[in-house]
Amino acid sequence: MSVFALLQIVGGAAAQTAQTPGAGLEHLPQPDSGWAWFIATVVKMLLTFTLYMVGVMYVIWAERRICAFIQDRRGPNRVGPHGLLQSIADGVKNIMKEETYPGQAYMPLFILAPAISFTAALLTWSVIPFAAPWASKWGTLDMALAPMPIGFLFTIAIASLGVYGIVLAGWASNNKYSLLGGLRSSAQMISYEIAMGMSIIPVLLLAGNVSLNQIIDQQAGYGIHWNVINCTVAFFFFMISAFAETNRLPFDLPEAESELIAGYHSEYSAMKFSMFFIAEYANMMTASALMATLFLGGWDIPFTTWDNVAPHTFIKTLVTFGVFWVKLLFFVFVFIWIRWTLPRFRYDQLMALGWKFMLPTAIAYVVVVASASLGLQYAGIPIDSWKFSVAMLVINVVMMVLIVGVIDRGRLISPAYSRLDKRDLAKLRQARYDRARFQPATSEGGAD
Amino acid sequence: MAIGVKVLDRPIEQTSYVRATLKGMALTLKHLLDTDKVTIQYPEQKWPLSPRWRGTHRMLTTEDGKAKCVACGLCPTVCPANCIKLVPGEDENGNRYPLVFEIDEFRCIFCGYCQEVCPEEAIHVGRHYENSEYSREGFVYDLERLMAQTHPVCEMWDPADPKGE
Repeated sequence: MSVFALLQIVGGAAAQTAQTPGAGLEHLPQPDSGWAWFIATVVKMLLTFTLYMVGVMYVIWAERRICAFIQDRRGPNRVGPHGLLQSIADGVKNIMKEETYPGQAYMPLFILAPAISFTAALLTWSVIPFAAPWASKWGTLDMALAPMPIGFLFTIAIASLGVYGIVLAGWASNNKYSLLGGLRSSAQMISYEIAMGMSIIPVLLLAGNVSLNQIIDQQAGYGIHWNVINCTVAFFFFMISAFAETNRLPFDLPEAESELIAGYHSEYSAMKFSMFFIAEYANMMTASALMATLFLGGWDIPFTTWDNVAPHTFIKTLVTFGVFWVKLLFFVFVFIWIRWTLPRFRYDQLMALGWKFMLPTAIAYVVVVASASLGLQYAGIPIDSWKFSVAMLVINVVMMVLIVGVIDRGRLISPAYSRLDKRDLAKLRQARYDRARFQPATSEGGAD
Repeated sequence: MAIGVKVLDRPIEQTSYVRATLKGMALTLKHLLDTDKVTIQYPEQKWPLSPRWRGTHRMLTTEDGKAKCVACGLCPTVCPANCIKLVPGEDENGNRYPLVFEIDEFRCIFCGYCQEVCPEEAIHVGRHYENSEYSREGFVYDLERLMAQTHPVCEMWDPADPKGE
C-alpha cells in the first residue's frame, strides 16, 4: 500500500503548492444540537441505503433491457410494466432456492466471502456527497452520509477490500476454476488499483485536498472547472481502471465463462450468488458515482452558479440530487454499453495495458499537471479562472491525441494479425535461434 | 535458421484498436435505438406455420358425425414408430369401423405416412404444436379426442405441384 503513502505525501505537498479554491462553498459547521445531527444521519442512512439498493435493482433491470435492445431482443418485459419488477421476482426466487455447499469447501470463508464483497461495495457509498448541503434551521446538513476529511482515500481503501471477497470465494470453493478466477482477479485488481491511484493524483493536486467535498467545491461553477476538462487524461485512465476494478467487460477475466465456467463464483448458488451479483452492480454504481464526483463536479449543475451560492435551500438540495443521479446513470449506461460491445482482453494485453502503459503515463501526467498548474499560477492565471481550464484543455487534447495514437499503434492491445515491429521480429528470431543452440542435440525420452 | 513467419503489413486502418472500438460502439448504439426487434411475444404472437407443418393428429368425420376411418389397417402397418393401435370392428351391414383407435403422440415421429397412406382421407397430421399434459398417459389420444380436434390439417406435398402453387 505504498501507493497510498505516496499519495498522501504528494497530496500534502500539493495542498501547500495548489491554491485553496475560491469560488466554492464555504463549509459551515455541522448542526449545533447533537440530536439534529443524529436524526439527520439516521435519515440519510436509510435514504442512502434504500436508494442504493433500489438503484442496484433497476440497474440490473436496465442492463438486461439494454443488452436485449443491443442484441435486437426485448429483454424482461413480463413482470410488471416493462418488466420493472423483474429484479424483485428474481430476488424472491433466489431466496427460495436451495443453497448448495461443495463438500470440500472451507465453510467459514465460503460463507463470509459474499458478505465481504457485498459490504465493501456498499461501504464506499457512505462518503460520496450526493447533493448540495442544506442550510436547514437546525444547522447545515452535509448531504453525504459521513463527510470525512479523508473521503477519497477511504473510497480507494474500501475498493481494494473488495478483492478479498473475490479471492476468498475463489480459494474457499476448493475448485480449480474458482481459484484461477480469484487469482486473476487479485492480479488484475491490484495492477489497476495502482494505475487508478496514480491517475487520480492530478485531481487531488488541483483540489489541494482529498476530501470529496473540497474536490467538488473546486469544480463548482459554470462547469468549466470540471476535472474532465482540467484532467481529461486522468479521467480516461480512471474510467479504464474503474472498468477493471469492477470486473466488467472488457476486463472480466475473473469470471471469464469461456475459460473458467463462472470464475470465482462457480460454486455459489441461490442468495450467495445473488450477493456477488448485487455486489458487481453496486460496485458499478459506486464507480459511476466516483467518476461523477471526481470529474463531472458531483452534484454541480453546469452553466449556472445558482446551486453554488449562498441560500442553500432544500429545493437546491433536491435539484442537485437529481443532477447527481443523472450523471451517475450516464456512467452506468456507458458501463453497460461498453460491456455489450467489446470482447474480453487477453491476459497479457490486460497486464501490458495496466503496467506498461497506464502506470507510467499516469505518473508522467502527474508531472505534467503539477508543472502546468504551477507554471500557470506563476504566469498569473489562478486555478479558478477560465483561462486556466482552457490552457489545461489544450494540454489535455494534445496528450489525448498522443495517448490514443500510442494505443492505436497495435503494440499493447493488438490483434494477432497486426504488424510486428522490425525490431521485435529480429528479437523473436534471435530468441528462437538461441533456444535451438543451447538445447541438447538429442532429447532422450525426457518430458518436452 | 530464421523462422518462416509471414508478416502481413496491414494498414493501420485494419489493425487499429481504437477505431475498431469506436466502430463497435456506434454499431451497438444503432441497434440499441433500432425499434425493430426479432423476438416474437409468444403467447400473444405466433409464428405462422407452413401449410405442410406436420403436428398433432386429427381424425376427420363424415357429415353424420362418425369417423371416416374404415379400419383398413394401413396406417398401423405403415407407421414407422408403431404408435397407432387399431382394433377393427364390423357392424350388421358389413361396414368396418375402428373399435379402438389410439395414437401415442409421444411415440409418433410426425412423418405423416398415416395421412399419405389413408385411402379414406380420415387420419391427418395437423398444423398444431401446443401439446401439454400432466402425465404421459395424457398423450395417448383416443378416437373421440382425435375427432374433437379442430385445428387445420396438413397439406401434404404434391409431386404434381412441388412448390405448392
